[in-house]
Amino acid sequence: MEKRIDSGAMILPLLGIGLMLFIWTAISLKVAPDLPSPLKTWQESQQYILNPFFKDGEMNQGILRFAFLSLVRVAKGFFLAIAIGTPLGFLLGLSAKFNQAFDPVIQVLRPISPLAWLPLGLVIFKQSEPAALFTIAICAMWPTVINTAMGVRSIGTEYLNVGRVLKLSPMKTLRKIMIPATLPYMFTGYRLSLGMAWLVIVAAEMLTGSPGLGGFLWQEYNSLVYSHILLSVLAIGLIGFTLDRLMGVVERRFKTA
Amino acid sequence: MAILELSGVSKSFARNGRGKGRSVKVEVLRDINLSIRENEFVCIVGRSGSGKTTLISLIAGLIKADSGSILLDGKPIDGPGPDRGVIFQNYSLLPWLSVFENVYLAVDAVGPNLSEHEKRQRTEHYINLVNLGAAMTKVPRELSGGMRQRVAVARGLAMEPKVLLLDEPFSALDALTRGTLQEELARIWSDTRKTVVMITNDIDEAILLADTIYTLTPGPGATLGPAIIVDAVHPRGRVQLSALASCQKARRETLRNLTAGVKSKDVGAGNFAVTLLH
Repeated sequence: MEKRIDSGAMILPLLGIGLMLFIWTAISLKVAPDLPSPLKTWQESQQYILNPFFKDGEMNQGILRFAFLSLVRVAKGFFLAIAIGTPLGFLLGLSAKFNQAFDPVIQVLRPISPLAWLPLGLVIFKQSEPAALFTIAICAMWPTVINTAMGVRSIGTEYLNVGRVLKLSPMKTLRKIMIPATLPYMFTGYRLSLGMAWLVIVAAEMLTGSPGLGGFLWQEYNSLVYSHILLSVLAIGLIGFTLDRLMGVVERRFKTA
Repeated sequence: MAILELSGVSKSFARNGRGKGRSVKVEVLRDINLSIRENEFVCIVGRSGSGKTTLISLIAGLIKADSGSILLDGKPIDGPGPDRGVIFQNYSLLPWLSVFENVYLAVDAVGPNLSEHEKRQRTEHYINLVNLGAAMTKVPRELSGGMRQRVAVARGLAMEPKVLLLDEPFSALDALTRGTLQEELARIWSDTRKTVVMITNDIDEAILLADTIYTLTPGPGATLGPAIIVDAVHPRGRVQLSALASCQKARRETLRNLTAGVKSKDVGAGNFAVTLLH
């Protein structure tokens, strides 16, 4: 394949980033003097970046250490979300009655903010860690539920007819026809759910004060080190972007089927 | 004795009319009577929209008749089953399974008591029969339309059904591929002598393959015309057929039945006759 390097493809994103840095500098100079400029942010944060694995107490660690803690928490919540969301989506897609019964419940639960779920999680579980996982799972599972249900509903009749003609058992129909046919939809759901889980992590860690990117962000706000807030924000954005891209690669693999 | 017997079979569908709750009943098939002997190759020829697919779906058991009875080996059919293997118009291969796995799924479903070795052997036998031995591990998306339909034929045969049902199996293929597959089916059939019911809109295809041809009158309320016997030995060749008086007679009768009762202003019917005449 011929690959031409388009000068615009390199220059334009750099231009965009440059403009953002300019606006950031302008705001820190003219509008909000408390907001550190990009340069000051770098100066005050460089030890976290240049030495990303140092540990000096629970709430003072290198940025990759914090990122790792957050990622582990997100992974747990995310797997909980898809472990519940996938079968639930299958039930909703397979049974019109089940769908009628639970669709209103889901539509009401879906828009509830993580900030609202977390106190409820604390009431139920009494500890911050399970409450955080509960919040991530319950907020992140809806895209999986909805996409899986949609995937099940759109399985082609021609595939199901093959199963009927062969008189496949329900388990075999599920394994050989329904799950493979739904897989692309499931992975779209998983990608969106992972994005959602990553969004929730910050809120969960802020409220529970757990060590991680969100917890660090909140602690530095309380100790008035604003440059570290910006460091956390940027790290959260970059990691979220990377996660989405990785899931996108996995998703595309199943799309071709 | 007839292996497959349809008597007085009718089927209507509810079409949604204008306005809420209003639906119009459209009668697709009316009073279908059909008796098929063991080892007979029957073609049902009809124009598109005449209810051909409905008829094959009824025999397959994928849909239920409103009235009448369908007996297989003297017993009323109860839903779909592998004793009536279906080869669908759109191939219906499972795109996530390889050629081998698609056929193996059928073999495994109909012969659960076979040993693993026997199942593999049977799967390979039918794939080789349709000349796809080299494509065993490929997935459907890597195959051409003609090859996909070969896999579907292999899968249908691998069920070793009492009756093989073919729903316009070659209509989505280009003319050359269609011709090759028709002759291959003629060869395979004359070796295996399965009971076959094939739906088609191609008179030449019907004459090449069938012992008996039935025409389906234009819908709605389509019904079958009288049996037209194609009196020629199997397997037949295209060239040899065009010269045979009995085949020319069968073709004339089929065309006459198909165009009877169709008004001349019906452009669709006109096209139909023209494309089939040469």
